[in-house]
Amino acid sequence: MKTATAIKNIDELYELNKKYSQRKEKWEKSVAICAGTGCRANKAVSLISAFKEEFKKKNIEENIVLKETGCHGLCEKGPLVVIRPDNIFYQHVKPEDVIQIVDKTILSGEIIESLLYVLPEDKKQIVKEEEIPFYKWQKRLVFGQNGHIDPRSIEDYFGVDGYSALAKVLTEMTPEQVIEEIEKSGLRGRGGGGFPTGRKWRSTRNAEGDIKYVICNADEGDPGAYMDRSLLEGNPHSVIEGMIIGAYAIGANQGYVYVRNEYPLAVENLLVALEKAREYGLLGENILGTDLSFDIKISKGGGAFVCGESTALMLSIEGKVGEPRTKHIHTSESGLYERPTNLNNVETWANVPIIINRGADWYRSIGTENSKGTKIFSLVGKVVNTGLVEVPMGITLKQIIFDIGGGIPGGKKFKAVQTGGPSGGCIPSELLDMPVDFDELTRVGSMMGSGGMIVMDEDTCMVDVARYFLSFLVEESCGKCTPCRDGNYQLYQILNRITEGEGKEGDIELLEEIAETVRDASLCALGKTAPNPVLSTIRYFRDEYEKHITDKKCPAGVCKNLFNFAILEEKCTGCMLCLKRCPQDAIVGERKQPHSIIQEKCIKCGICFDVCRYDAVIKV
Amino acid sequence: MSNIPLQINGRELVGKEGQSILQIAHENGIEIPHLCYDKRFTPTGACRLCLVEVEEENGLKTACTTSIQPGMKVWTNTDTLRALRKATLELLISEHNMSCSTCDRDGDCQLQDYAYEYGVTENRFPSIMIQPGLDNYSTGDTAIAYDPSKCIRCQRCVKICAEVQCVEALTLRDRAGSVQVSTGLDVPLKDSPCETCGQCISTCPVAAMYDRQAVKMGKTKDLVKIRTTCNYCGVGCQIDLNVNRNTGRIVRVTSETGCIPNDGNTCVKGRFGMDFVGSDERLKVPLIKEDGKFREAGWDEALDLVAGKFKELKEKYGSQALGGLSSARATNEENYIMQKFVRAVFGTNNVDHCARLCHASTVAGLARAFGSGAMTNSIEELRRAPLIFVTGSNTTECHPVIGIYIRQAVLFEGSKLIVADPRRISLCEIADVYMQQRPGTDVALLNAMMNVILEEGLADREFIEERTEGFAELKEAVSKMTPEQAEKITGVPAEDIRRAAIMYANAECASIVYSMGITQHTTGTDNVLSLANLAMLTGNVGKEYAGVNPLRGQNNVQGACDLGALPNVYSGYQRVDDADIHKKFEKAWGARLSDKPGLTVVEMMNAAAEGALKGLYIMGENPMMSDPDINHVREGLENLEFLVVQDIFLSETAELAHVVLPACSFAEKNGTFTNTERRVQRVRKAVEPPGQARLDWEILCDVARRMGYSMSYPDASAIQEEITELTPIYGGVHYDRIEEVGLQWPCTDRSHPGTKFLHEGKFSRGKGKFHAVSFLPPREMPDEEYPFILTTGRLLHHWHTGTMSRRCEVLNDRVPFGTLEFNPDDAQRLGIKSGEKVAVKSRRGDIEVPVEITGKVARGTVFLAFHWKESPANALTIAELDPVAKIPEFKACAVRVEKV
Repeated sequence: MKTATAIKNIDELYELNKKYSQRKEKWEKSVAICAGTGCRANKAVSLISAFKEEFKKKNIEENIVLKETGCHGLCEKGPLVVIRPDNIFYQHVKPEDVIQIVDKTILSGEIIESLLYVLPEDKKQIVKEEEIPFYKWQKRLVFGQNGHIDPRSIEDYFGVDGYSALAKVLTEMTPEQVIEEIEKSGLRGRGGGGFPTGRKWRSTRNAEGDIKYVICNADEGDPGAYMDRSLLEGNPHSVIEGMIIGAYAIGANQGYVYVRNEYPLAVENLLVALEKAREYGLLGENILGTDLSFDIKISKGGGAFVCGESTALMLSIEGKVGEPRTKHIHTSESGLYERPTNLNNVETWANVPIIINRGADWYRSIGTENSKGTKIFSLVGKVVNTGLVEVPMGITLKQIIFDIGGGIPGGKKFKAVQTGGPSGGCIPSELLDMPVDFDELTRVGSMMGSGGMIVMDEDTCMVDVARYFLSFLVEESCGKCTPCRDGNYQLYQILNRITEGEGKEGDIELLEEIAETVRDASLCALGKTAPNPVLSTIRYFRDEYEKHITDKKCPAGVCKNLFNFAILEEKCTGCMLCLKRCPQDAIVGERKQPHSIIQEKCIKCGICFDVCRYDAVIKV
Repeated sequence: MSNIPLQINGRELVGKEGQSILQIAHENGIEIPHLCYDKRFTPTGACRLCLVEVEEENGLKTACTTSIQPGMKVWTNTDTLRALRKATLELLISEHNMSCSTCDRDGDCQLQDYAYEYGVTENRFPSIMIQPGLDNYSTGDTAIAYDPSKCIRCQRCVKICAEVQCVEALTLRDRAGSVQVSTGLDVPLKDSPCETCGQCISTCPVAAMYDRQAVKMGKTKDLVKIRTTCNYCGVGCQIDLNVNRNTGRIVRVTSETGCIPNDGNTCVKGRFGMDFVGSDERLKVPLIKEDGKFREAGWDEALDLVAGKFKELKEKYGSQALGGLSSARATNEENYIMQKFVRAVFGTNNVDHCARLCHASTVAGLARAFGSGAMTNSIEELRRAPLIFVTGSNTTECHPVIGIYIRQAVLFEGSKLIVADPRRISLCEIADVYMQQRPGTDVALLNAMMNVILEEGLADREFIEERTEGFAELKEAVSKMTPEQAEKITGVPAEDIRRAAIMYANAECASIVYSMGITQHTTGTDNVLSLANLAMLTGNVGKEYAGVNPLRGQNNVQGACDLGALPNVYSGYQRVDDADIHKKFEKAWGARLSDKPGLTVVEMMNAAAEGALKGLYIMGENPMMSDPDINHVREGLENLEFLVVQDIFLSETAELAHVVLPACSFAEKNGTFTNTERRVQRVRKAVEPPGQARLDWEILCDVARRMGYSMSYPDASAIQEEITELTPIYGGVHYDRIEEVGLQWPCTDRSHPGTKFLHEGKFSRGKGKFHAVSFLPPREMPDEEYPFILTTGRLLHHWHTGTMSRRCEVLNDRVPFGTLEFNPDDAQRLGIKSGEKVAVKSRRGDIEVPVEITGKVARGTVFLAFHWKESPANALTIAELDPVAKIPEFKACAVRVEKV
């Protein structure tokens, strides 16, 4: 049934685009507060209420508009507040700062220095958002509107030309032309596989069947990765618009978003967005007055990592055990409910309206030969600016980690970066200058995956890292195929043994043999890539393995059985701090005399190491 | 399907479109190892042992899931593959409890075989098996034992349960290394939808699933498999009795994939219902009753007594005062001997058997309509029939393997299903149309369907004109029965009748499946005629995948009829009152024979009660449980001057006998059974009979000799040879032709291949005959005094009068006692709770039985199976007969239900 607000034709949509983009001009100022998951965890919600209250009190609600936006990306510094049009950037804002911000900055144009971003290297303060290095080097296409619009307001999305790409395909393009455009753009799947999106669409379009499905894979399961979540939370309409365009091109009549139940805000914002889209006639029967009929349902996942695999995901939507099957028949021919089905991930769908609006030729100009456009990474681990970054394909690891990420905190040395989620590989410092794209990452034994990037410093033990990722994969294997179920478990057991100091001669070769069996013989991508952490760390850090096995030493001082704490006499001042803090009374010594550690009592908790101000405690 | 040329290991092969690499390789003798694949269900691709290299393809492919493509070049046994397989096997062994020396399946284990082949001798990896002995869904189950420590998580059991048995009782729980087989919510197997078919055991490549009763009863090397035909229902499953050569006992039952007709499938009774053979309660010596008590006797004494007494009665009262009941449980040979004995030695045609109680109306009805009273088509055809109309048959429970074929057809082959049954049987759940007619209103329902077909112009004019007669009368008869009119009689909404009729008529081929819900009525013959009318009206007979298919109840009820254990015909339905036939048999048997049709089962009981019948010889039947109105049966049997019962247990009937003779069970004898699709199949001796028990035919021959008639055969095959000579439809059925696969009659001579489906081109009687049939209500309708309709039948886990099935541990454990199915609304109205014991009373008797409240039965209807001697349903039923077929109305009588 059509609602009264339903858009009857394309022209009406353009009217709305105009109306809501002009609205911005009427506002004196807008205050964008990040209400993404990271900032919420830092009390962004009470910050927002404080602003609302203050606006009311000052009676400035008419002219100053408050925007609860999605994630801005620089999560490390949240909660974030950006005052536009001047783009004044405040970090770590607390509710008690609100009165001051309103009085000084909003009403008097004054800058509050204590809330500004400070450059770590020279302590210089930066006022404008775009001048902060974290943002300066990014190319925010997909993420572009995330800090600007209220994800629950379809009107905001109209105001940034929302749904105009859909209007364009419905008026100017045949489904065939849409597919050609996507093919030409060179867009590859952002979920990990990197399969050419246009080709996937084409095979689903060509598959026989009256009923076809499109699915948005929002089962983002990699630890530390949250770009899909932030897109759904911050700009759900861009994903919906992409899906409608896909449905038009493919000839699908029903869509699904398979989203994790652990993403309540994403689900909520998506539900609001779907509701609004239906109200405006952008979903349902005869979209924008054309012959296109399409709607989207949400299917919530139960948190199994393997359900991000396309065939397992489809079975899960059907209510069956989420277990991958061999793709002897492609899902584009027989997928969900045994109908032709096209599945793309959140970020892929969100790229579609951009390509349609700005053209494949423009899109192709970004990126490398075989990887076009931008990619969002979640930059986490031992890096100064943790957060979400969107960069053009082909940018180097160094640029991402050092220019955007601000390098390694605490003056430590960079050791490796793990890309592609738990089953990605670890890339060493020698390769920091490599360009980041699908093929290069695979070449060095890692992968793009969904864009996780975990930075590790010199204190990281690479054997322990491999063990950690295997522990995750051992749990998350669905257990269907032998190599993944049992092989990963055996890998994990051997790694465990090595990190506990029980490594044996021949363990490395055994690890390689099992890892290769798992890689070559597993059923789905989870199994095939699961040995990557093992194989890549052996490839680049073999000596570290050898030291564990032969010398029974952990060079990074992580594996507890393989190092001791010791106190350097020449550095120890006898301040007694470590002695007082030791929970085991394992440190002895007189005031102003060098202390020493009784190894039998030490449990290697590392407190002495952390508290010593003279670098006198060392790992040996 | 087009041919696809390809290469495997350099060999040029040609396969069919849609085949997998594994299939074509196996067809050509190229072995590719596999643990999760079983040809009975879709490939899983989980074990990864069948990985092969395909030139110009990325990565390795699982041979089980990869379809062959033209020009494909496949390598199945390269060094890389062998290394990968060895590593994979090592991984499997690390999770498998390698306790081969104490394992029942040592020597019959795929994992063991592959470990041997790939030289996996050392265990390089620490064991990661699930701890043995932890409780799981099968703990304490009497039938199936699941040992997770031996499970290699291949999923075959789960898949066979879902795709072959179609019940989805099994599932996988947990993930990664903790994956285990379980039931939904881990409920005990007994409380799950499990039908205890044991297919999970049959597909398990290791010993993770095994028959609980067979554990420690002998390893594979100790077991000998003897192929025989199951002795329960009429499907005639080919089963292998696994006998321990040291103990001589049946340890377990298996069945081989590909065998006809059951393709390796069995039901709970076939797989777990064989303990009765070795029961301590088996009759081991002849018993003679003295002063109301049995005493043991020697064979000579017993046989002299039997022969002497019958001779005396024959001389005193004449031949017609004697009679014999033959047995649908016994072999063809034994039935032939029984009827020969009664006819040639007693000199009467008073021979009948329990077919009278199940399909007499089929024999009568289909003979009139088509000229031959048997299943027109083959079981196999039901696996793919485009439309199946099931009425009056709870196929899933009573003919379980045919039941699963119907489920497979509907779920996986796109077949349509119409079900008409007063009980909401499990097939209803997957039916396209379900009609719940009131008991005994079938003619109204069928006539209304035909009314719609004629109204809609969907009748097959050409077929009617060319192949039938009597159409005008039929048209006239059904014109009055509009769907609206039928709705009033049957309770089925007119719209459903219309939908069913149109769906049936529009199907490319439609196959009717029916059983005792149709036949066991006073209008049984009319019901059968109506089904024949419906089939002929739409041209759905005389071709593959169409037809009228009565499912015969007992293992050899078809054969007992075929071999002449009927009062009006000799073997092969040759009439006793036909002068030529009479002459032929007198000559062959060298005896004077009566040309007067004899008495039927119920008529014999009446005659006994009235004193006209004086002596009765019962072989393997239990009328004291199976016949209607058993109080009346008791009256008759007690009134006899001499009753001999020959059986394997001291049945309720045997207790009334003057002499009881111990006979062999099916597992102790050679012979043949004829299944419901007219297939004559071998029965083979697997174990020795207990005590002094003897073969039925041998005992009969001995009695005959002692009565002065010479009858002797060296073995069962010699009897079969006599049958072939005298019985045209069995003319070509020789043992040497049915060693592997049985033959379907008509099979008239040695070169005849047997008959897959009947009436092709021409009906047995020439033209098919329509019969104008009008609706008549059941004889006893509910009234104020007896307000409920009682309908009776069988359950999956038990068999007939329970003499065998109630002596089987698994069957008794699954269903230990009978319950009265009672509609929830009725229960609420009468304040009766589930499990409460009630009194059920009819005009003929009363019983007490606990109640099961279920939506299976409609309001006003109650159901009780007739297996239970504590609560015998036939104490209530009515002995009113169909006037043509003389079948009693088991399916409808009036009862009252009272709280006790």
